Amino acid sequence: MGPGLDASIALVAIAPFIAALLAPSVQRFTKPFAGWVLALVPTGIFVFLLSLIDPVLANGAVSARIGWVPAFDLDLSFFVDGLSLTFALTISGIGTMIVLYAGAYLKGHAHLGRFLAFLLAFMGAMLGLVLADNMLALFMFWELTAVTSFLLIGFDHTRQAARRGAIQALVITNIGGMALLAGVVLVQQLTGTWELSAIGDEVRGSGLYGLVLVAFLVAAFTKSAQVPFHFWLPNAMEAPTPVSAFLHSATMVQGGVYLLARTTPWLGGTQVWMVTLVCFGAATLLWGALGAMRQTDLKQMLAQTTIASLGLSVLLIGLGTEAAIAAMVLYFVAHALYKAGLFMAVGAIDHEAGTRDITALSGLADKMPVTFIGAALGCLAMIGLPLTLGYFAKEEMYLGLLDLQGGDIAVLLVLLAGNGLLAGVAMLILVKPFLGPVLPTPKSAHEAPIAMLVGPILLGAGGVVAAVMTDWLGHTILEPGAAAVLGEPVTSHLSLAINPASPLLWLSLATWGLGFLVYRQAAAIRTLLRRFEAGLGWTADTVFDSVMFRLIRFSGSITRMLHHGRLELYLVTVFVMLALALFVPMLLQNGYHVLMPTADLGNWSAMLRWPDLRPYEWGVIVLALVGLGAVLLAPNRLVAIVALGIQGTAVALIFLLFGAPDLAFTQFMVEILSVVILAMVMTRLRLDETDHRQLEDLARDGTLALVCGAGVSLLLMVVLTGDLDTKLSDLFTATSVPIAHGHNIVNVILVDYRGFDTLGEISVVMAAGIAIMALLRRRPKSVVPPIAPPRRRRKVVA
Amino acid sequence: MNTIIFRTVAPLIVAIMLVFSVYICLRGHNEPGGGFIGGLIAASAVAILGMALGPAEARRALRLDPLAIAGFGVFIAGLSGLLSLFTGSPFMTSIWLYLDLGQTTVPLSTPMVFDIGVYLVVFGTIAAISLALESDVEDEP
Repeated sequence: MGPGLDASIALVAIAPFIAALLAPSVQRFTKPFAGWVLALVPTGIFVFLLSLIDPVLANGAVSARIGWVPAFDLDLSFFVDGLSLTFALTISGIGTMIVLYAGAYLKGHAHLGRFLAFLLAFMGAMLGLVLADNMLALFMFWELTAVTSFLLIGFDHTRQAARRGAIQALVITNIGGMALLAGVVLVQQLTGTWELSAIGDEVRGSGLYGLVLVAFLVAAFTKSAQVPFHFWLPNAMEAPTPVSAFLHSATMVQGGVYLLARTTPWLGGTQVWMVTLVCFGAATLLWGALGAMRQTDLKQMLAQTTIASLGLSVLLIGLGTEAAIAAMVLYFVAHALYKAGLFMAVGAIDHEAGTRDITALSGLADKMPVTFIGAALGCLAMIGLPLTLGYFAKEEMYLGLLDLQGGDIAVLLVLLAGNGLLAGVAMLILVKPFLGPVLPTPKSAHEAPIAMLVGPILLGAGGVVAAVMTDWLGHTILEPGAAAVLGEPVTSHLSLAINPASPLLWLSLATWGLGFLVYRQAAAIRTLLRRFEAGLGWTADTVFDSVMFRLIRFSGSITRMLHHGRLELYLVTVFVMLALALFVPMLLQNGYHVLMPTADLGNWSAMLRWPDLRPYEWGVIVLALVGLGAVLLAPNRLVAIVALGIQGTAVALIFLLFGAPDLAFTQFMVEILSVVILAMVMTRLRLDETDHRQLEDLARDGTLALVCGAGVSLLLMVVLTGDLDTKLSDLFTATSVPIAHGHNIVNVILVDYRGFDTLGEISVVMAAGIAIMALLRRRPKSVVPPIAPPRRRRKVVA
Repeated sequence: MNTIIFRTVAPLIVAIMLVFSVYICLRGHNEPGGGFIGGLIAASAVAILGMALGPAEARRALRLDPLAIAGFGVFIAGLSGLLSLFTGSPFMTSIWLYLDLGQTTVPLSTPMVFDIGVYLVVFGTIAAISLALESDVEDEP
């Protein structure tokens, strides 16, 4: 495959991000048509992906690779096989409808452009996720979906519930993200490759298999809202409806399912994999299906059924038989089509009728006929009637369990119960709001605009068309998709014919019967479930809240401990750390030998002699001592600060005398400026003129000062006794003039040899300056209020 | 502190200091000096001006916001390093240009531009801080 294909496959994941950047300006220019214009991007991606069907069918997979950060082995490598293609086609296809829908749903909203941008960015992340071959790229796209989902759920950020839902989704899915990163790194260590397609059988056989499995399962279960991480999904319904339809039914939550399917070839197939997935999947299926019965809010009902469907998919992957995997692939497509369509229809009802409470809605079919048709198509697929995709998916599920071996009966019963409950919910959604007597609604209901109808109708019709084109469906979706998971060719045996002799038909009939029963008894079941919930007293949601609350309180107490606001204690901390940094390494490196006497001390007084210094050198030393005395004896703080300058000047003079004019020069200037700035800061702080420290505080500070001073002196002595490695300074001396054209080596080092360091340093200087300015400006103009406000005085005069 | 002598002499001192700071900055490559120390001298000049005439007057004399000057310094320092990319060498490889003016040769180089950047950063940052501190002391708006 040529570079052209590489680039265009990469573009599938990148183009939505570019579109996202442009979205706000596009929205500004094409006001009412922004949705229509921006929908061209996903449409283009969809058409391009359709063109990949033939090569994928012919070769099994198409791969593409673009170097990204070669130093970290990070390539943008993509791998398109049946599974990725099925997911990517679904994402871009539904994405088109969603962008269109969002343009109409949020028409006139001040931040429509921003919303569309988030939506497109999410789509890019999701496409990247399902197409990525490199595991680091996979992780990155995985996290990007979490971040964009956070932005989308919290889009209506003035509402507290939306903010809470966004944060909850981010926290839960990021726990999974961290687990995924750990798992990915472990797998790379075990196999030596970052490429998903290159992983062989090493993982299953290794001793770390359990750890890898846990990491990947936590990632998948949090993303796909499996029990006990399911609670974030219903709260994410605070997002505007297009988001719920796209992220929280058809795409993002399926990320975990995709991950499990993708890793099945090298992670799955073991006993523990099977048992874990089937158990968690079954629990989630039943929990979600029952949860849906409990709700009266249409959107919440759909959210709960999504949880159930995700559990069902995980369960099917856990079973891992040919029929189960085929059912999973079919079910993914079927579910994405009908659930996104239903969400959009519910959004249309909410938009036009002003409520989505199922008990308050009735008889809308006459007022919103097109919405009704769209919703009906979705509901029929959800029930799994013949001529819909849902029917095939359901048949395939049951087919895999007909052997009735071992736990098959239990699983079959769970599937029957789950599917029956889901069918019941579907009947409720189909009948309650649309048929029956007309009830008054908050807004007078009327048909939604065309952009909001295209989605439900097309997606619903797509489900039917795909089901009717049985051969095409089996050949292009089911076979390559299931083969990618199973690693061996799969033959489709889908057929529209209904065979009365087959037990499948009777199982389907049982499901529908159960569904009808559930539909008839919906009110009674709801009351029962609510009573049960009230009796329980707590939910995963409240547990999450209390954990978060304790976490915040814990970090608050840590912060208060470290960040107490007492300036003198900060300084004490800094200097204690300095003393530790000076003494501990010297202790570890055995640096105290300079203190040891080198000869015997018999005649020690003879060894003491005055250092051989010139008179002016003595003068500088005396000056330094005078400075020290002045600081200690200063009557007030200002004098002490200025006296510090004497000390600094003496040090600068020493530099000057011992051949470091550059250093001396800088030292002079720094000394002057620091005294000036310190003095100004002190006046600004409005401190007392004199020092009021208690004796014990003075003792503490004085001891600390002495210890630090002794430490620095000792360090210098140790450094001077050792052999200095002059390699670098020799190099600088030798090359300064011929190569760097400068005689001042210090300056040449600063601006040339170590120029990059200096660039960093001056950036830090400027950043520090900005921070200081911010601190200075933050304070109110005058701390002490004026005694007599001038205005009042003027009044008196007048 | 604000005696008439100080107020009269300050502008003169400041002018001399500023010229001297530029001289120190430019000669830095071969003799003691450089952008850092030059910037410090210029910043002290501005601080003196602020003390003598008030920070508002000093700001007016600067014309530009001191932090903007610092930002510009980082900008041209980074830019001087980028120039070498056009010659195909790594980032911050120095480029020298000897201008022949008949009597004398003037060496121009990217390290010099870089040093001027350092000068501006140090000057701008310290001047900004000291002027901000002074304006509070004077209780100006």
